[in-house]
Amino acid sequence: MTTPDVTEPRVHRPTMSTWWWTKKRSYFVFVMRELSSFFIAWFVAFLLVLVAAVGRGDAAYQDFLDWAAAPWMVAINLIAFAFLVLHVVTWFSLTPKAMDVRIRGEKAPAAVIIASQYVGLAVVSAFVLWLVTR
Amino acid sequence: MSTVAHPPLKRRIEPLVWLMFSGGGVMAAVFLPVLVFLFAFAFPLDWISPPDHEHLAAVVGNPLTFLFLLGMFVVLLVHSAHRFRYTLYDGLQIKSKRITAVLCYGVAAIGALAAFVVLLTAA
Repeated sequence: MTTPDVTEPRVHRPTMSTWWWTKKRSYFVFVMRELSSFFIAWFVAFLLVLVAAVGRGDAAYQDFLDWAAAPWMVAINLIAFAFLVLHVVTWFSLTPKAMDVRIRGEKAPAAVIIASQYVGLAVVSAFVLWLVTR
Repeated sequence: MSTVAHPPLKRRIEPLVWLMFSGGGVMAAVFLPVLVFLFAFAFPLDWISPPDHEHLAAVVGNPLTFLFLLGMFVVLLVHSAHRFRYTLYDGLQIKSKRITAVLCYGVAAIGALAAFVVLLTAA
């Protein structure tokens, strides 16, 4: 046999600590922003439990409200809501970088794009509040 | 000309996943805050008096609401799975790409199916 170990490529594999993102504030925010995805899935599950309860009738709906008012549920939802807010803020501020919005051929200023999204959020929130409570 | 070469499956699916990821990101940013504020805090804690069951059942039973909620839940789940995959890959340095992808999208697919069943049963 020949001697293959001479020609075998020696691949450089950089090793990175699992906790690399705790070393710098911007890295930490980046990973927290990515982690917001987990809490969005949590809220999908939460809302599905609500829909299922509404489907089962008034008693089940009241049980859902009691369950959601339990201190541990409020605590979980508060943490999840903080991650949701992080998602909202970072998503809105990324949009001007991800999209080329033009008004009459001119590139729209980032501040205008960001502000208009908050207006959208306010309009949608008002509509949902009206639809649910009217 | 001869037959059009089909791009590999990955190339055809990836733009769709990114599109759904973006759609889910928008839905999460615009629709989730108010829904969570109302149903996770305001109604259970009586900051605002909760709507009666009859009204909510009518809203959930409306075909438009059904379609909207189903679409919303599906893109939210895809958004979540797609981003969580990168959280594992970049954040926690878990480099088993195939396993994490199958797990993340698999859970999202099961969730989408569950959403469909729950909405259909409740409507």
